[in-house]
Amino acid sequence: MTRMEHSPGVPAGSHGSTGQAAAQQRADLHDGVPPTRYRLLRRKIVALLLGVAVAPLCVLTVINYQIYQTIVAKEFEAPLRALVSKTKNSFELFFAERTSAVSFIASAYPVEKLSDDKALADIFEVMRQKFSGFVDMGFIDERGRQVSYVGPYDLKGKDYADQPWFREAALHGSYITDVFTGLRKFPHIAIVVRQLGNDGKWWTLRATVDTRQYERLIAAMGISPDSDAFLLNKHGILQTDSTYYGALLQPIPFPMPRTSYETQVVDFKTTDGQAALMAYVYIPDSEYVLMAIKPKGAAFSTKGLFRADLAILLVASVLLILLVAYKLTGDLVARLKQSDERRELAFRHVEHSQKLSSIGRLAAGVAHEINNPLAIINEKAGLMKDLLALEPEFPKKDRFIKQIDAIAAAVARCRNITHRMLGFARQMDVNIESIQVNDVLKETASFLERESAYRNIELSLSLTEGLPAIESDRGQLQQVFLNMLNNAFAAVNDGGAIAVATWRQDDDTVGISIKDNGCGMSEEVQRHVFEPFFTTKKGTGTGLGLSISYGIIKRLGGDIALTSKPNLGTTFTILLPVAHGQGGVQS
Amino acid sequence: MTLDRDKWRILLVDDEVEFVSTLAERLSLRDIEPEVVHDGQEALARIHARAPHVVILDMFMPGMKGLDVLRTLRFSHPQVQVILLTGHGATRDAMEGMRLGAFDYMVKPINIDDLLKKITEAMDAAGFTA
Ligand SMILES: Nc1ncnc2c1ncn2[C@@H]1O[C@H](COP(=O)(O)OP(=O)(O)O)[C@@H](O)[C@H]1O
Ligand SMILES: [Mg+2]
Repeated sequence: MTRMEHSPGVPAGSHGSTGQAAAQQRADLHDGVPPTRYRLLRRKIVALLLGVAVAPLCVLTVINYQIYQTIVAKEFEAPLRALVSKTKNSFELFFAERTSAVSFIASAYPVEKLSDDKALADIFEVMRQKFSGFVDMGFIDERGRQVSYVGPYDLKGKDYADQPWFREAALHGSYITDVFTGLRKFPHIAIVVRQLGNDGKWWTLRATVDTRQYERLIAAMGISPDSDAFLLNKHGILQTDSTYYGALLQPIPFPMPRTSYETQVVDFKTTDGQAALMAYVYIPDSEYVLMAIKPKGAAFSTKGLFRADLAILLVASVLLILLVAYKLTGDLVARLKQSDERRELAFRHVEHSQKLSSIGRLAAGVAHEINNPLAIINEKAGLMKDLLALEPEFPKKDRFIKQIDAIAAAVARCRNITHRMLGFARQMDVNIESIQVNDVLKETASFLERESAYRNIELSLSLTEGLPAIESDRGQLQQVFLNMLNNAFAAVNDGGAIAVATWRQDDDTVGISIKDNGCGMSEEVQRHVFEPFFTTKKGTGTGLGLSISYGIIKRLGGDIALTSKPNLGTTFTILLPVAHGQGGVQS
Repeated sequence: MTLDRDKWRILLVDDEVEFVSTLAERLSLRDIEPEVVHDGQEALARIHARAPHVVILDMFMPGMKGLDVLRTLRFSHPQVQVILLTGHGATRDAMEGMRLGAFDYMVKPINIDDLLKKITEAMDAAGFTA
């Protein structure tokens, strides 16, 4: 066989400059889509997804946190406000009761009785039973001298004319003094009531009340040890002991809040810098301010407000979004990559088939152009022989005839070559004709003779004689067989064996098998081989060979199947109907 | 048989002058005297003037193609048998020619004995009897 005969049949990638060009082209295509592009794309999409999903989630969480904070603040604030208001009422009641008791005595009893120690003691005793906390009581005349006195001290005859409360009572009618310790060395207040006597002279009734009563009222608030509650006067002087802000009668270390007879709650910083709430109220008709200070403490700190369930939810959501975004983009990018690869492969295939068809056209053109001069040579030689035959014997006539026969033989050989080329060109046509499967197989196998010789592969044909001619497409069958053989050649090692066989399956069907002892396929690979673009030959395969073959065989009414064992080899079996257009072959 | 051959009217149509004249000479050595023309137009004119029994018609010629000549002949002279010559082998054109009613086709280069056989068969088909 000459080299010429093989060129069109040998697959483009297997030798010569076309193979190199194709490889170069593939390399170019791969360069066109660098893998980093997909990684970058993926990163961008993940970032974007995270941005649109996680940002609102975080904003929501912050808003939630703030709402929660205000709720907690309100819940924290409300009881404090209520407590202070309630205690204020108690104080108000305390003052009102005692003031009215003293006022009642002042107005109910005549001066004579009140100025008499004995009578005053009786009256005081009754009052003491009614209202707790009274310590003593005295009747003071117009000039400020204590005329009568009942109590544990010896205060009768004492002059109070210069006492501020005496003047205040003269001004207001009744007055409650600040807390003082005075002679008695324990805190108390004085309730002073002034009254106009029948004789037209002002006199004053003064009762002192033990302010341990205050402590009791404040203790009744039941505040926690870290908190503080106390009574002040309007000038900020403590009227009860404070746990943290000084002792009785000391000034508080911060300015007085603005006057309000409604309970106010304001933010406050304790001396040691803690955030706290201060609730206060000015007690009406008195010099007093009730104040309570409660540190916000643990319940209010970021740590206290930190809600594990919310945080876990946030973290879980973010993780989920991250995961989903990651998976999703992974899939997406993988698909993108896949479709890019498919496009590239399809492109490669189109290019390949274009190359084939242009080779086919070229072959047809060349065959035609060569056949005409060949025909002339053939006729000229034929004529020479005809003429020689008419000549009488002459020297070397035999040798002449031999030369002419040799020319005719060479022409016949050329004719074979051009017919082979035309056979290849015919692949491009769709053409149902009566064909001998064996012939097509022989012809196809001959394309691969050179490669099998070169790689020492045993390519054996055991073709059953006398098979019926089948109605089929010669070119397409040739393409199928070529695909099978190419795959087999790719699967076997040098020195391997490929066996092609034909047989009569039944009256209507012929069978063809192509068997190799190559690498074989796993079951997983077997499941996919007929899918377009499925290939294990990364970079060199198109994954189209078997899918196209499958399509052709099905279109021709045939069937194709395979058996394969990894490392042992593969057998492809094709069944073809004898008559075209008859029902599909049962496999 | 041989005696009848000189009465066979054969028309050879091919633009390849060297080929067709040599072929004609070889045929005449076998007692067939074919007429020779070199294009389709001329062929039709000759056939109209006097219809041959068999036309040996090259498919690929400049100007009027073999298939066009064949199509025309199918209408005007259905009894004329046509053997197509092609440089292409069994391509679509040859198949098309068979469908159009050509008697047969041959691929160049041809074997003279095969051609003679085909011509004889075509003469039978043309209804020529000695
Ligand atoms: N004879 C065989 N032995 C082993 N594997 C094969 C054989 N024929 C086909 N295959 C597998 O089937 C896949 C698909 O084949 P094909 O469709 O022809 O595409 P390609 O040959 O371009 O990869 C191949 O990549 C290969 O893995
Ligand atoms: Mg393949």
